[in-house]
Amino acid sequence: MKNHQGLLEDLAPRKFGKRGKIWTGILLIFIAAGIVAYIDQLIKGQVVTNMRDYALWGIYISNFVFFVATSFVGSVTVAVLRLTKNKWRTPLVRIAEIISLASIIMAGITIVLDMARPDRLLNLFLYARLQSPITWDVIIIPTYIALSFLLLYFPLLPDFALLKNYHKGKNSTLSKWYGRLSLKWTGSKAQKALQEKSIRLVAFIIIPVGILLQTIDAWLFSTTYRVGWDSTNMGAYFISGAFVAGLGALITVVCIVRKVRKLESYITEYHFDKLAKFLVLACLTYLYFNVNEYLIPIFTATVEEEIHLNALVFGEYSLLFWFSQIVGLILPIIILIFEAGRRPGPMLVVGFMVVIGSWWKRYIIVTPTLLSPFLPIEGVPESWQSYFPSLHEWIITVATLAMALLIITLLIRYLPAVPIQRTADEKVMYPTEKDLEP
Amino acid sequence: MRDNSLKARRNFLGKGFKIGLVTILGGIGLSKIASRLNANSNKSEEYKMDLMTTDGVIIQVNASEVQEIEQPTNPDIKYNVREGIPNRKFVMVIDLAKCKNALNCVESCNKHHFVTGDNAWIKVHKMQDSKDSAPYWMPRTCMHCDKPACVTVCPVDATFKRRDGLVLIDNERCIGCRFCMAACPYSIRVFNWSDPEQGEMSEVMMHAVPEGLHPEYAGMPSIKGTPDKCDFCPHTIRKGELPHCVKACPNGVFYFGDQYEDTVTNGEETLRLGKLLEDKAGYRILEELGTEPRVYYLPPVNRLVDFEDGLENYDKYQSVDKSDIE
Repeated sequence: MKNHQGLLEDLAPRKFGKRGKIWTGILLIFIAAGIVAYIDQLIKGQVVTNMRDYALWGIYISNFVFFVATSFVGSVTVAVLRLTKNKWRTPLVRIAEIISLASIIMAGITIVLDMARPDRLLNLFLYARLQSPITWDVIIIPTYIALSFLLLYFPLLPDFALLKNYHKGKNSTLSKWYGRLSLKWTGSKAQKALQEKSIRLVAFIIIPVGILLQTIDAWLFSTTYRVGWDSTNMGAYFISGAFVAGLGALITVVCIVRKVRKLESYITEYHFDKLAKFLVLACLTYLYFNVNEYLIPIFTATVEEEIHLNALVFGEYSLLFWFSQIVGLILPIIILIFEAGRRPGPMLVVGFMVVIGSWWKRYIIVTPTLLSPFLPIEGVPESWQSYFPSLHEWIITVATLAMALLIITLLIRYLPAVPIQRTADEKVMYPTEKDLEP
Repeated sequence: MRDNSLKARRNFLGKGFKIGLVTILGGIGLSKIASRLNANSNKSEEYKMDLMTTDGVIIQVNASEVQEIEQPTNPDIKYNVREGIPNRKFVMVIDLAKCKNALNCVESCNKHHFVTGDNAWIKVHKMQDSKDSAPYWMPRTCMHCDKPACVTVCPVDATFKRRDGLVLIDNERCIGCRFCMAACPYSIRVFNWSDPEQGEMSEVMMHAVPEGLHPEYAGMPSIKGTPDKCDFCPHTIRKGELPHCVKACPNGVFYFGDQYEDTVTNGEETLRLGKLLEDKAGYRILEELGTEPRVYYLPPVNRLVDFEDGLENYDKYQSVDKSDIE
């Protein structure tokens, strides 16, 4: 077993290497391009998008739904695994909390990008009406941002104190900042009790709030009369979908961080095995709700629903529909039920498949419904009858994704990606690679 | 030691808070009891007045509590754009038997509302309910639903329902989220994706709208990043005139009127609304959704026009003719 200093050397955040700098630079370029495109959109109006009177929401909204979904990972892995006392979560929770916070912040920003009058943002508070699902979102998103922040921050206190001492003499600025952030943590019994209590409270609250967040997101759609949205299945469907998207994002980031930061002895194949099984559970749950959403309605579909379903399954959206179902859901299940699939290499691929599948899945939920209204689309230019995002929309959306990745990158740059103090405390309590060898 | 003093301070604060709460509650209770006692003591000596309420019920009131109020001298001052025209309930009837897609309604509406986008507020659909039934022309306006889905979902009360039945939009308040458009099952709303090119309209408006801008003149002017839709022409109704589409239709398809008066007119004939709907089996589009539209349709039976006549005007991809807009 490694000694405490060795642990600190391994887990303390490190400066960017060459790869890190290039990666951050690329993200900054994408973000800059997005800002330019957004300013252009502000000046010219949303005419620069390909949204029109029928396809009145586009990838801004589906991207928003994607961010909201991935932010669910904080609730499920951290809080649920904590309450169910699953010890294998320890080296993964910090990364999950970081993804959660980055995603929910970006969800808040993305929804504003879709507003045609962001200059009137304040009206949402001045004239707020409680019956509108958007007002529910205005309440729940800041709440979830605050809770995600606390769930990341409270467990960090002992680590900040460790890092303060670690950098003492070497880097006084960094040491000072870690010291400030550690809130005078000494590790006394009273402090530990208070910290433990606070974490338990936040972990307990974030579960219902996380479920509410996903449900409200679903209600944005199911409170309308639209074919494909007006479904009682929506709430549970979105929660299970968020379960999948969040875990997919977690697995992808964990694979990359483990490789880049050389954390192989902390995040072991044991953890990947557990994560993989957790993802299979999530995918099976989501598959069940997909069957409810797309297969069972065939029996009682009205004419409008049938047109909509046909467009999804056989028609113009069939490629994206089957991509999100097969690549994003069914293949991951098949790969992960084999033991060979539950290793870091294949799981990085599975993680990407799930994340990309989940992103397009949201597109498939938003766009086709808008283009199958009850009454015929007539008297408008032919191009309004279909939708594919414009260059502006792509640049802005890529920028939001880059911004989320930048937040994750910076947090991993300055925070220990694996909790140091907890690992030291628990080192004997979970098996390392050696223990797993026969 | 430090822990102990911390605990002591917490305890002190906790107790202090509880004592404070009890004191406040007690104080409220005492003042309530005191006011009750006072009220009881001088109850018996009051002089009573008999008055009649607006529902015709005679009531007795303590004379000291009766106060004279000033009569509002000018009823127009009290006009509230979010309440609408008092004691009215506007309703429209569209007779599908008469429509032959002349499109005068669309043209007139576009002109008077300065519609410059690509999506007119009125559309005339080429409809055929099933393979074996006859096709017909169906003009469509905003339904001005009594249970409007658009109003329910608006987060800022920018779109609102008035007592006189109209659903209007406050373009100065709207945040442009387009949830109303997503919620409308009739897909009637149009959006200003860019700055509307309404040209010299501001000058026109100065003469047309002495009161200045407000939601009754939706579309005058349109505002970038907000929706527009058929407004049932409150600007003409208030002058005692019919909406533009009703006046423009050469075939008398549109009937407009007041449900309280049970009367609708297309400018040529004036009919009893209830009897018209009963005789001609009036219906509403997507009645099953429960949105309670204020626009009724009369089925295309005993048609006076030939469906084929409308085909020459039919253009699937255009509803706003921009050729004469400079």
